[in-house]
Amino acid sequence: MSSTELQAASAKPATAVPAPLPAPLPVAGARGVAAGLPLTGIIVWALLLSAPLWLPLIGGYTALASRVVVMGLVAMALNFLLGFTGQMSFGHAAYFGLGAYGAGLTLRYVANSTGLAMLDGILLGGVLGTILGALICKRRGVYFAMITIAFGQIFYYIAYSWDSVTGGYDGLRGFTRQPIGVGPFVIDILNNGTLFYYFVLFVFALATGVMSLLLRSPFGRTLLAIRENERRARFLGIAVDRHIWLSFSIACFFASTAGALFALLNNFADPTSMHYTLSGIIVIMVVMGGMRTFWGPLIGAAIYVVLQDYISSITVNWMSFIGLLFVLVVMFFPRGILGMIKQRSAP
Amino acid sequence: MTMIEARRVTKTFGSLVAVNDISLTVAPGELRAIIGPNGAGKTTFFNMITGFFPPTRGEIVLQGQDITRTSAQQRVKLGMARTFQITEIFPELTVRENVRIAVEAADGFSLRVFTSRADTDRLAADIDAVLAMTDLSGKADRLVGELSHGDQRAAEIAMALALKPRVLLLDEPTAGMGEQETFQVAGLIRRLHKQSSYTIMLVEHDMRVVFNLADRITVLAEGQMLADGTPAEIAANPAVQAAYLGEAH
Repeated sequence: MSSTELQAASAKPATAVPAPLPAPLPVAGARGVAAGLPLTGIIVWALLLSAPLWLPLIGGYTALASRVVVMGLVAMALNFLLGFTGQMSFGHAAYFGLGAYGAGLTLRYVANSTGLAMLDGILLGGVLGTILGALICKRRGVYFAMITIAFGQIFYYIAYSWDSVTGGYDGLRGFTRQPIGVGPFVIDILNNGTLFYYFVLFVFALATGVMSLLLRSPFGRTLLAIRENERRARFLGIAVDRHIWLSFSIACFFASTAGALFALLNNFADPTSMHYTLSGIIVIMVVMGGMRTFWGPLIGAAIYVVLQDYISSITVNWMSFIGLLFVLVVMFFPRGILGMIKQRSAP
Repeated sequence: MTMIEARRVTKTFGSLVAVNDISLTVAPGELRAIIGPNGAGKTTFFNMITGFFPPTRGEIVLQGQDITRTSAQQRVKLGMARTFQITEIFPELTVRENVRIAVEAADGFSLRVFTSRADTDRLAADIDAVLAMTDLSGKADRLVGELSHGDQRAAEIAMALALKPRVLLLDEPTAGMGEQETFQVAGLIRRLHKQSSYTIMLVEHDMRVVFNLADRITVLAEGQMLADGTPAEIAANPAVQAAYLGEAH
């Protein structure tokens, strides 16, 4: 009876009120849901696409840009879970590393194919993340973070100790990314750093495009609801654990995508790419850039990667400078750098 | 026919018996209030009805279906929607977003990535209907966290209505509110009850609200059922008077 009542009520305004009903849905959506000011997106894409042109002018190089995009992708992947679902993973490097090893092992032992290497890397990290996520999604808060660290360290030690396959402590060598054939053309991403950069950017565009689509959908809104108020979400009949599991899996798939690119970038994979210190660094990137924003983690990653590159050429104690910067950001811009800019520019 | 039935429901926490052997039935379309002095077990009882935790003994039945062990999330699917003593909303989202999340959850869209034009229109119509029922149409694009206490409660009730419930369960809907806001929320509940004939069960402290709204009142004291009847019967009941005077002394 109550549902028919509701339908009756919903039918009434449609017939009683004449046509002009401009529902301001997109505005409300953009305000509440993440996917970012279009302006930020346009600026980010303009800078990324033109990076090989302007980067050398300020003393950068293309491989640095590739590293920024790769680390930006893994930070954005983590932010899908941390910023948009409200769950803290402290072991996300594991899935990044699994992506790297999946790609590296494929090139080393299976086939000289960049495409296959990417696919294997993405599947290795994504599928393992999905399986473990089924266990992890039942925990919350500190327990969620601890269990993600624990699973992450398992993979670290496997890569560290399985010398004969993974190369152990020294890392996996002896593979190189391969040129990509597109019909009659060959894109030589092996020897042309700029082409490789655009290959990375292409993958990045696909991944962030899917993320943006997910976040704007009813599914993404539901994740936001869980972040905002889990109890309310549960009493709306939302299957909270299942959503967190999916979010975790998605974050793992994108992290392993970044990891596969990382292996191709360096023609190398090593256990430290799975260690929880890298997980912590990814969290730093996310928080520094702004974890309630879509592009913030990319900005955090850019700052981290560029500072690391620059300061580490001056002093071996570069990490203390980055630590200091992190403390300053957290103290003065708790919403992160992009979050702060957006807050200032909001009316 | 009954909407909700509690059969000899008991809840113990260790050696503390919070709710002891309570049975009641709520008819469809009825507005039932549960009252009692502090520590009477009202909220504990309410939490068992809504599936926050299961009873130690006894059964809870929704329209003939035993839901004693059914999860809170499943109960929502079966038509039970609740609000909380401390308003549970999504404060950083707009009123419309809040209601939209509820509407999408109710219609099984919470796992969907793509929505068709027709679905979007239908959902928007549902959202507008719920906003109109709760007098929130004019505030649809405000952040819920910025609204007055009364409007926040209305938004929480709007989310519950968006679930198209068979039963509305309200835990102290006027808790912590001033005169004006209590009047506003009580008016909303009365409309939902009288005009839209929802079955409503509420826990409430404010006696004016209870005696003005309720069809029947259940009085709990120290985990026991003290009385059960119409407002007039309850007002005349010496045991109830004693319990309340005893608390006030």
